[in-house]
Amino acid sequence: MPSRLLIIITLAVPTVALGDSPEGLQQGWAREAEQRDSGFAGFSASRGVAFFNARHGGDWRCSSCHTDQPLTSGRHVVTGKVIKPLAPAANPERFTDAGKVEKWFRRNCRDVLSRDCTPEEKGDVLAYLLDLGSGVRQ
Amino acid sequence: MKMLRILVASLVLWLITAPYPAGASGGGEARVDPTYARECGECHAPYPVRWLSADSWRHVLANLNRHFGQDASLDAEAQQKIDDYLVSHGRRRSTVAPDGGPLLRITESPGFLGAHDEVSPATWKRSDVQSPARCEACHGNAAQGRFSEHDLHLPEGVSP
Repeated sequence: MPSRLLIIITLAVPTVALGDSPEGLQQGWAREAEQRDSGFAGFSASRGVAFFNARHGGDWRCSSCHTDQPLTSGRHVVTGKVIKPLAPAANPERFTDAGKVEKWFRRNCRDVLSRDCTPEEKGDVLAYLLDLGSGVRQ
Repeated sequence: MKMLRILVASLVLWLITAPYPAGASGGGEARVDPTYARECGECHAPYPVRWLSADSWRHVLANLNRHFGQDASLDAEAQQKIDDYLVSHGRRRSTVAPDGGPLLRITESPGFLGAHDEVSPATWKRSDVQSPARCEACHGNAAQGRFSEHDLHLPEGVSP
């Protein structure tokens, strides 16, 4: 294989994989948040927990399906299907697939908030979820 | 005698290699498309494709942002793949709603109603069943798209 092509592929691999971790996702959302608001000062788990449990003008909250104890399993509010825990400490697969994360934020934010979530809101929610099971007080 | 042996051998070979026969429930014993099973099995069982017609499936897929009260929208690639699968494997005869439009609720389809005509209304309301749409309450392998009546795991007190 031509060496130039090999170098390009080698450099591309970590870039592609960067978003496929909780930290990678937060870095991406932080960049987007800074572009939207130069005063962005970082994510907040306390904003995240409030956001997660709030009603946002509709019938549902994030916790309606994911529970207010995201270390535990939840249930789909309509179909009753079991939803595995959302917090990475209880379910290490969570937030390791950027495409899946963005798909579910798109769907669920439009259901709960009737709009897309902002990068700051996503980052706050993940900051809250990452704190769960880590011994950090909310 | 030689011809008989050939015939018997052919029959045995056919029986071994014939596809698994579809269950009387009419659902999903043929191989289920993995993208369909994965994406459409995230919130509910991946329902048997043959119970709704291509027109019904097209309508469902075109309105996933308002899928029975929820946003179930797909990424473009998955949308196309699932659309192709559903349209090509859907019921040949139309499934029509009372208002004349395409039927969208699979639990109102002729296939579903025929397969479950012995299930009492009280059974659907049990707390461990809740709804005809919760296939997994009785069909233990519904998540894999398998709905054979020979593979039931009935809640206690529910008779086959």
